[in-house]
Amino acid sequence: MLSLYHDARTPVHALPAGVKLSILVAVGTAVFFAGSAPVLGASLGAVALLYALARVPARVAWRQSAPVLPFLVLIVATQVLIAGWVVAALVGLRVLVLVALANLVTLTTRTSAVVAAVEAALRPLRPLGVRPERVGLVVAMTIRFIPVIKEQADLVRAAQRARGVERSTAFLVPLLVRTLRLADGLGEALDARGVGSGERSRRSRASVRAVRTSDPQGDQ
Amino acid sequence: MELGEQVRSKDIALVALFAAIMVVLGFFPLIELPLVPAPFTAQTLGVMLAGSVLGARRGGSAILLFVVLVAIGLPVLPGGRGGLGVIMGVTGGFVLAYPVGAFVVGLLTELCWRRYNLALALLCNAVGGALVLYAIGIPWMAVVGGLPLGRAFTGSVVFLPGDAAKVVVASLAAVAVRRAYPLVEPRERAGA
Repeated sequence: MLSLYHDARTPVHALPAGVKLSILVAVGTAVFFAGSAPVLGASLGAVALLYALARVPARVAWRQSAPVLPFLVLIVATQVLIAGWVVAALVGLRVLVLVALANLVTLTTRTSAVVAAVEAALRPLRPLGVRPERVGLVVAMTIRFIPVIKEQADLVRAAQRARGVERSTAFLVPLLVRTLRLADGLGEALDARGVGSGERSRRSRASVRAVRTSDPQGDQ
Repeated sequence: MELGEQVRSKDIALVALFAAIMVVLGFFPLIELPLVPAPFTAQTLGVMLAGSVLGARRGGSAILLFVVLVAIGLPVLPGGRGGLGVIMGVTGGFVLAYPVGAFVVGLLTELCWRRYNLALALLCNAVGGALVLYAIGIPWMAVVGGLPLGRAFTGSVVFLPGDAAKVVVASLAAVAVRRAYPLVEPRERAGA
């Protein structure tokens, strides 16, 4: 599993993830109120300068932004038909600025830094029962389990092929049931590490083993 | 039964694993359906299955986690796409609607869990897995793309046959999984 992060040592990379994300949100809001082509054109130029400053190779930038092009073409074409060239250009520029800037944040910020920023942003929600540190944990767990599930999926597929079955439910149901079974063992492993229900893990991580037998798990 | 704020470890495991399933579904050009032109993404199938198999809270959380993975820049959407650019883009509304859709599918499934059958499964999945996604994704497309709502709607009609097929597949799978490994906790009406 590769991240889209493109490593380099530049001021853009060095900017804290939280700052970059805040700027993105601010610009994302601003472009919808910017109604003049020169302003949007200048913004696009500024984003291009940032790409240069971040030393993102053109090839990487292209690969990241190319998927949006078919939609962009479609939308601009529709706009030309219904609202004329001026509006079409505005809308096209707006989408381009947003997507390019968002991709720049993705390309220059490590996944772990983004997770940390998200955790920090969630901290004020703690009184509501949100536990930010869990976000980091589950994100790491999911990334770790993607190859495992992929392997399971390939296995199930191979088994169906061997029997000459190609129905999609015949693929999905075994995959789902296998994964759900996997969750049983994984849940126990988490309990053993004191990640389970909040009360206990907050009290003490060291005494987890002693307390863990009293887990009131009602699942069958 | 103080489930409200407590999160059981098994639930965390289910949420993480299901988010991984969602990613893996994106790897497969899945499902060679006859008649229907290749569906763009098998991942809406994951949205429906998450709600149908895990219920509202866990299903919604699993898909929300998937969206977090997209947002933090992992290439987990079909074709190795990912990052904030996708979410800010024209089709971003559909991605943002995924967790809501999974939650709604789960909620409806919980409500009819005792009498759950294929017909009810089809209904739950069609409402949560298709209608909810359109209700959020299409206006988003209209706003970001500066299109009138009607145009955005007609532009999305191409997805309809594929989505209908996915509703059927998800419902068949949901009914089968319920028989093999029931996990949803039914919503009781007034202290049953």
